[in-house]
Amino acid sequence: MNEIFSIALIFSAIRLATPLIFAALGGMFSERSGIINIALEGLMLVGAFTAAVMTYELQNPYLGLLCGVIAGSITAFVYAVAVIKFEANQVVAGMAINLLMLGLPQLISGAVYDSSGSTPQIAKEFLLPEYFNSVSIASVFALLLIPVCWYVLYKTPFGLRLRAVGENPAAADAAGVNVVRLRYFAVILSGVLAAAGGAYLSIGQSSLFTRGMTAGRGFIALAALILAKWKPIPVLIACLFFGFTEALTIPLASYRLSSGETIPVQFVQIIPYVLTIIVLAGFIGLSRAPKALGIPYSKEK
Amino acid sequence: MKIFREILSPLVAVIAAFIVGGIIVLLIKDNPFETYRILLANSFGSVKDIGWTLFYATPLIFTGLAVAVAFRCGLFNIGAEGQLYVASFATAWVGIKFGGTVVDIFGKQEDWSWTSLPAVLLVPLCVLTAITVGAIWGAIPGILRAKFGSSEVINTIMLNFIAIALVSYFTQYYYKIPGDPILQTAPIGEAAHIPQLKQFLPFIPDDVPLNFAFLIAILMCVLVYIFLWKTKWGYELRAVGENASAAEYGGISPKKQIILAMTISGALAGMVAINEVLGSRHNYYDGFSAELGFLGIAVALLGRNHPLGVFVAAIFFAVLMRGEIFVDAFTRYVSKDIGMILQAIAILFVACLQKYSKK
Repeated sequence: MNEIFSIALIFSAIRLATPLIFAALGGMFSERSGIINIALEGLMLVGAFTAAVMTYELQNPYLGLLCGVIAGSITAFVYAVAVIKFEANQVVAGMAINLLMLGLPQLISGAVYDSSGSTPQIAKEFLLPEYFNSVSIASVFALLLIPVCWYVLYKTPFGLRLRAVGENPAAADAAGVNVVRLRYFAVILSGVLAAAGGAYLSIGQSSLFTRGMTAGRGFIALAALILAKWKPIPVLIACLFFGFTEALTIPLASYRLSSGETIPVQFVQIIPYVLTIIVLAGFIGLSRAPKALGIPYSKEK
Repeated sequence: MKIFREILSPLVAVIAAFIVGGIIVLLIKDNPFETYRILLANSFGSVKDIGWTLFYATPLIFTGLAVAVAFRCGLFNIGAEGQLYVASFATAWVGIKFGGTVVDIFGKQEDWSWTSLPAVLLVPLCVLTAITVGAIWGAIPGILRAKFGSSEVINTIMLNFIAIALVSYFTQYYYKIPGDPILQTAPIGEAAHIPQLKQFLPFIPDDVPLNFAFLIAILMCVLVYIFLWKTKWGYELRAVGENASAAEYGGISPKKQIILAMTISGALAGMVAINEVLGSRHNYYDGFSAELGFLGIAVALLGRNHPLGVFVAAIFFAVLMRGEIFVDAFTRYVSKDIGMILQAIAILFVACLQKYSKK
């Protein structure tokens, strides 16, 4: 078993948890304000694509990241207009954003780079830097973001208002909170964070954008958020755990039991999903969503 | 007037999608009119094109109906993708085990089947498998919602991932022919194949895989309509969707209806297997669906959760799926992703317009 459990595995787990932490924290702000964010997957994709293209064109990962984050916030703004102003069903609009971002990056890269699928390879010196034993600057930033988000959520007036809006928007409104403006802000913030997580995938973990490269990570981040009961520190634990199960599949794929048989990676892959279902059913402590989650708010009501 | 309002918002959404899509095409320096001409001409232009379009529409009718039935009960079935995967694999499994499948492993013949049933028994058995397995996979989130109140949205998303992983495991380790580079099962027995429509309608060209499943899809539209609007169960199901607490006050058990709706929904999604496994591919192919389950959400929404609307919306989406292939080949810059983009924008607009079409 020593071939499987090693220091490299832990680093690998942190690497794989990094995009999840960004996206899950993004989802946390949105959902704490009462807006479901199924669109995390699409927001990660647009961040990954824009960052890859702009890093390639400008030869600077930080400018690339910035562009990715801007693209993510614009996309999140479109989503926010749909679900807040037009009161579109949040699950439907979120799925539409995901579908759009499965197609749009492909269309653009196909037209601009005359290739169907991926963007051009970025030279190694223009990727986000890594320290020590392949610890990316993005991973460091993700870990720092956890206490920051905890502080924002629990110790600032903004965090207090955010939580109030997610639990009881009418009461928050009566207390003078601008519910609509706060929700816009929270959704855009989720776009910024999810896009940053996506950008790390394309200009950190790998060096180009490929079709649907997030491969469901937006949904895994959503699962982590639920498992963590919408709280920042448990989000870190849940994301690290999910990163760990994903990391485990890599050595497992080549590992052979003494009988010569392989352990099917699929059974490791489904652990996070099964766990989420179990937790959601209330078998391991109740996971309670913000009360106003998914309900549009309008003053007249 | 009611019908007019029902049709208006999907129509506006589709037109808006084509306008926004046209602007995107302009931005990548191509001609939107030419793009749309190619898109439509190749999905309606000939008998062959129409045949292919209807073939693409078939699974979308099933998944669209699946999502619509759940919707009518106030539930979101995002799990059609997982339901159709487990159902398709199970159907292929039955088709192999009871269809007398003999595989060729590096020149050596090996019998993988238990028995070889005649078509009159095997086809119904396979269809029943597709329906039952889909229904079970759909019932799980229904039961979880009814018993524990946990969100069917999240549970169906999780069950999609679980379904895809499990099915790929069984395919890879047990039912793939050794040496086959593609992740797919061995072929099902010939007795499990359902008739192609070209066998009855000689004007349909040979390469069009339009099959009996299309007729079953139409039948399902009728049956779902009868169920929802002409039966007591359907009435109760819709009552729960309209207002669960009022329905409960009126003596209807929301829990029972939630489980019923998700079970029917899963069964309908599972019927995709009839088209894919029994009607065209004749095996289970890993990843064949390519978002059919998710597109079902869009189809249901665009079709206003009505069987007739679902049928029309499925045809519309199939037009895009058929036409985009030619757009890819015959335009300078536009790739086939334009189809998916138009679908996404149409969904977004429909969702935004819902508020105005309710009253």
